[in-house]
Amino acid sequence: MFELLGIPPQALFGQLLLGLINGAFYAMLSLGLAVIFGLLNVINFTHGAQYMMGAFVAWFGLQFLGINYWVALIVSPIVVAISGVILEQLFLKRLYHLDHLYGLLLTFGFVLIFEGMFRYGFGSSGQPYENPLPGGVNLGFMFLPWYRGWVVVASLIICLATWFIIEKTKLGAYLRAGTENPTLVRAFGINVPRMITLTYAFGVGLAAFAGVMAAPIYQVNPTMGSNLIIVVFAVVVIGGMGSIMGSIVTGFGLGVIEGLTKVFYPQASATVIFVIMTIVLLVRPAGLFGTQR
Amino acid sequence: MKQTISMLSTAAAFVFATGAATAQISDDTVKIGVMNDQSGLYADITGPGSVLAARMAVEDFGGKVAGKSIEVLFADHQNKPDIGANVVRQWIDTQQVDAIADVPTSSVALAVQEITREKNRMFLMSGPASSDLTGKACSETGIHWTYDTYALANGTGKALVKQGGDSWFFLTADYAFGHALERDTSKFVQEGGGKVLGVVRHPLSTADFSSFLLQAQASKAKIIGLANAGGDTINSIKQASEFGIVAGGQRLAGLLVFINDVHALGLKTAQGLVISESFYWDLNDETRAFSKRFAEKNKGNMVPSMIQAGVYGAVSHYLKAVQAAGTDEAKAVAKKMKELPINDFMTKNGSIREDGRVLRDMHLLQVKKPEESKYKYDYYKVLTTVPGTEAFRPLAQGGCPLVKS
Repeated sequence: MFELLGIPPQALFGQLLLGLINGAFYAMLSLGLAVIFGLLNVINFTHGAQYMMGAFVAWFGLQFLGINYWVALIVSPIVVAISGVILEQLFLKRLYHLDHLYGLLLTFGFVLIFEGMFRYGFGSSGQPYENPLPGGVNLGFMFLPWYRGWVVVASLIICLATWFIIEKTKLGAYLRAGTENPTLVRAFGINVPRMITLTYAFGVGLAAFAGVMAAPIYQVNPTMGSNLIIVVFAVVVIGGMGSIMGSIVTGFGLGVIEGLTKVFYPQASATVIFVIMTIVLLVRPAGLFGTQR
Repeated sequence: MKQTISMLSTAAAFVFATGAATAQISDDTVKIGVMNDQSGLYADITGPGSVLAARMAVEDFGGKVAGKSIEVLFADHQNKPDIGANVVRQWIDTQQVDAIADVPTSSVALAVQEITREKNRMFLMSGPASSDLTGKACSETGIHWTYDTYALANGTGKALVKQGGDSWFFLTADYAFGHALERDTSKFVQEGGGKVLGVVRHPLSTADFSSFLLQAQASKAKIIGLANAGGDTINSIKQASEFGIVAGGQRLAGLLVFINDVHALGLKTAQGLVISESFYWDLNDETRAFSKRFAEKNKGNMVPSMIQAGVYGAVSHYLKAVQAAGTDEAKAVAKKMKELPINDFMTKNGSIREDGRVLRDMHLLQVKKPEESKYKYDYYKVLTTVPGTEAFRPLAQGGCPLVKS
């Protein structure tokens, strides 16, 4: 049997598939960030904490209210999105006219507060969440748990739907116009501030959705977001800040590259994405899919 | 000539006497700095619980030692050696801290061991695991209290080889601790006639283990040895069950698993794991009494991990030695600590070797099935108890420069 770079092809296929699964999470999270940055000009550092809150709301629902996974998949993003609306109305709204850095600092402060509160309440080891789709299928080259398969399918649907809404529908056109020239769009009788609030809520909801998806795989843990968010920011930077398609493609792509690194040189798997980021920034400062503003 | 000698000896006696008189508690306070992971993947097994244990030890000692007050400080080293080293230097240089306690994460502990040796301060290690801390990196003022990688390998590793686990694949956390645990376990595997088929080293605090687990699965090794800890072990075990690894006939060896990890995983996922610990809350009346007291102060929820229990023991023993020596000068205290026997709820007739290793019993435990667990935190069956003299690496094999061969 032929071998590719020292590993059998079956193992390679397996790793590619796993990379795609991890990429699904990167894509879903970076998509929310890209939407928020593209339309609000806010670098939403709380994204990781909102992803964690999504998982915790799902866990809380299952533990105390008997809400199962499938219901939580809808309920939890709504709950977290509402908390996002409150955050936007009370704080973020006041920062739109200032430099990006103010929004970044404010949202970063909220990360520390949210994580600290959850750590105090639930500890750092995390809570277990029952896998709603146990078992799996043997693909010949690897054992694919049903749940991981579902993650890839669901995230692809969500990502493409978001892209479609923003780039191809009338609503999306309003949104894009509202960020380009709010005064003009308001003159057409459209409530721009509300539109912006709902956009933020949507981005936050996406993060919470990813959080619910992650709950059965990882431990539901106060720091689960901050472990991921740095990588996700790198994904957004590589894809091009604010580019919707860019964040989807780079999300999946970097998941695969990271997966392959785990086979060839596992020690570097935590750094490979940042190496790529450095190279991309040197060659194309606006990111792979970004346009210079 | 005779007169000169007697004069000299009088002078010498005088110097010694004043020496003893000035050897006392520096700056009138004994300061103990508890440093560990307060917020990351090791925070539940060490963290605020270790600070609480140190405070309980001080309180139980009466709040004063040799007539002077005792102060407990704490800091977060975030599992980073540079941050840990900075904190300790600052503590010693500007706050006159006399002893550093806990310090999980072996890479940080190795850095602190160097500083406390250079600055002559006590280092009471409960959190770190690497057996190098009493091997080539040993220190006169460093006491390795609770457990080490050799004892873990000697417990869990050896037991599994005996049960027929003769081929191993390691998932190793890529830093000092993981490497030491992998090395010490490999030694027992090979001595038992087994083979190590492969190793994959993952970065500390990894979320997704699927790729590594797939490699372990492909190796067809009978045992997958998890040379990691805390959140990393939890995620490895959880995802191994997702990928049907145990169902496929391979067995997981959690080489360092704490009761907090078992709690976080739930018995359904953790059942059957064979683990080594030096403390379990439900061993006897004394351990139960302490654990109950600890849990009440710890927001009423979790029983102490062996590291937290060890911090209590180490701080208590340190205070006893300061009292007996009448000074907080590190070398004198370390000498006293090694002279005095250790007896508390966790350690019976323990002793400290010249390389700093505490000899204590280690328990080989097995995680119960969900239906066997009768009350809260009823998680383990005790398989055997290995006496301290057999559990740890023989003095001569460690390569500690303090040990004269």
